[in-house]
Amino acid sequence: MATLTTFAAAKMRFKDLQIEMAHGAGGKASRRLVEGLIAPILLESPDALGDAAHVAFGDTRLAITADCFVVRPLRFPGGSIGELAVNGTVNDLAVSGARAEALVTTFVLEAGLRREVLEAELRAMSAAASRAGVRIVGGDTKVVEHGDADGMYISTTGIGRLLADVVIDVRSVKPGDQVLLSGPVGDHGITILLARGDLDLEADLRSDTRSVLPLVEGLVAAAGRGVRWMRDPTRGGVATTLNELARDGGCGVVINEDDVPVHDGVRGACELLGLDPLHIANEGQLVAVVAPECAAEALRAVRAVPGGEHACVIGEVRAQPRGTVLAMTRYGASRVLDMLVGDPLPRIC
Amino acid sequence: MKFVDEFREPELIRKTADEIRRLADPKRHYRLMEVCGGHTHAIYRFGLKDVLPENIELIHGPGCPVCVLPMGRIDDGLAIAAQDDVIFAAFGDMMRVPGTTGSPLEHKARGMDVRIVYSPMDALKLAQANPGRQVLFFAIGFETTAPSTALTLMRARALGVRNFSVFCNHVTIVPAIRAILDSPDMRLDGFIGPGHVSTVIGCRPYEWIARNEGRPIVVSGFEPVDILQSIVMLLGQLQKHEARVENQYTRVVRWEGNAAALKAMAETFELRPYFEWRGMGFISQSALRVRDSYAQWDAERRFAVPGIRVTDPKAAQCGEVLKGVLKPAQCKLFGRECTPEHPVGALMVSSEGSCAAYYNYEHRKSVVMTDLGAPA
Repeated sequence: MATLTTFAAAKMRFKDLQIEMAHGAGGKASRRLVEGLIAPILLESPDALGDAAHVAFGDTRLAITADCFVVRPLRFPGGSIGELAVNGTVNDLAVSGARAEALVTTFVLEAGLRREVLEAELRAMSAAASRAGVRIVGGDTKVVEHGDADGMYISTTGIGRLLADVVIDVRSVKPGDQVLLSGPVGDHGITILLARGDLDLEADLRSDTRSVLPLVEGLVAAAGRGVRWMRDPTRGGVATTLNELARDGGCGVVINEDDVPVHDGVRGACELLGLDPLHIANEGQLVAVVAPECAAEALRAVRAVPGGEHACVIGEVRAQPRGTVLAMTRYGASRVLDMLVGDPLPRIC
Repeated sequence: MKFVDEFREPELIRKTADEIRRLADPKRHYRLMEVCGGHTHAIYRFGLKDVLPENIELIHGPGCPVCVLPMGRIDDGLAIAAQDDVIFAAFGDMMRVPGTTGSPLEHKARGMDVRIVYSPMDALKLAQANPGRQVLFFAIGFETTAPSTALTLMRARALGVRNFSVFCNHVTIVPAIRAILDSPDMRLDGFIGPGHVSTVIGCRPYEWIARNEGRPIVVSGFEPVDILQSIVMLLGQLQKHEARVENQYTRVVRWEGNAAALKAMAETFELRPYFEWRGMGFISQSALRVRDSYAQWDAERRFAVPGIRVTDPKAAQCGEVLKGVLKPAQCKLFGRECTPEHPVGALMVSSEGSCAAYYNYEHRKSVVMTDLGAPA
């Protein structure tokens, strides 16, 4: 989940009368809820929506974030709720420019949950944590009546140490900066959709859930302060992430649609269902904005990290159209790429 | 996927666009209506207006099933669903369409049992899995989706499933085209004909447009090259002062349509004497209802239907946009009171609705097209 730091764009207002699934989809409605209701009431300076908050204690600066997971089904090709719960928080810290050091975790369990299901998730969390190089140091467990939760929900809170030589700040983004994407989009969302079995569709797809910290570290080692901004494009997909960039950075973003890597299985499912792969959730990808002079080196570095082989530059930052993302096609046509509206795929993470 | 890619080949798109430029008389302004919402979506999604010359204007037609549904029908469906033990099942397209007291999704958030299904067969399965409850399938669509509802009704009867019923809102495309041509404020040069509907009804039902109205119609596929090729074919006819029905979508559409699908529809449905269309009023013989022989599975006979008639919000100009008289952005509510997030009219909801397509892909673009060009 997004934690809150600072920014200056016009605030969104929250006028809805009740909470609906769309408020959890990570798109426009989610942003409106956080920006228009939660942040103004809870936060001391309800400013920017970053992936993690950076807090100073004397001379020490730490990054902190929290994320919760309500995915259905609990297990799916390529991962499970436990693995997501670790990677999601590690990733939110990573894209804020921090290395996760410790996690605490909260379980909401439904009475009747099978012991082996819980145990499998605990083991998945433990394995994911050791892969990501983070310790799990504590947590809490609550149980609700049968029927009041869907198996289990997991929340994780992570604390991290800031990486040297990088400052992630959307206000540092400038026209000409290049937009880098670490790999194919939409694998996680479409995998979950197919794993539910509501559709008679099959595709050889796996969730991309993983820690993006190695990608971030490779990128930062190569480009340092040339890295201006990063995000992991989870719910709402790359399109929503780029819209947040355009809005918070007060800039335009223009991408070449054909440069965005998409697996055939994702593309096929999206064609059939009328979805846009750019709106589909990812759990192990990175979108980064880098200074133009560092772009080639940054791309080489990300591609050298295992899992980053398909990284590419998908577009660039422009002064105009301010606050808007445009997708260009190979034949010179363009379309506006908006944030996700509504909730095509509920409970994806 | 390779099959689709052929029809998105940039070189082919450029060539076809060049041919359109060659054929279009620069002294003339062409108004071509794409009847089908699927085409409207594709035109915006692929930015086809950018590759067309300025004197070719595409007018969006009424072929968006949820868009043409009057709000009263949604209220009726939700009124049935509000009864105990009823499960409301509909396609995802319907979920965000506003009724007077909110959309199906808003009702779901308040506790109504609303399910998204991907086919009417799924709704029937839902009924079999929940024998103690009534499953209401809210059927919408043109001849594209009507056959699958028809087959589901036949299946329900064959299996003797008694707790399943269809609230039928199926409409037919040809009377709608006729109504548009009858409207005095409309001047059109030709039609890009619906592709999916024509897989069922074939090309023959359009022949009257060509014959009686003197307008060419080309049944078209949905990929960028399909649509551009159809425009080439229309311009070719217009240049020679011809008005014929042509089929561009030959890889899918047969001239005679799909006999099995038509037979299933004839078995289960009959024409209503008249039906109300949003913004277009009552159009005679423009919709289907469940035949007497399937009365048991007809929600309108199983349940008390309030028969609610609601006028659209006064300021909303859905009707004018549906008929192609107004462009989406010319509606007073567009982009202000009415957005995809808070739709006032259904045209802003469905991916096939021209307002949603325009808002998602085009809106704001016109304001800012200054230094565009593909990024380096």
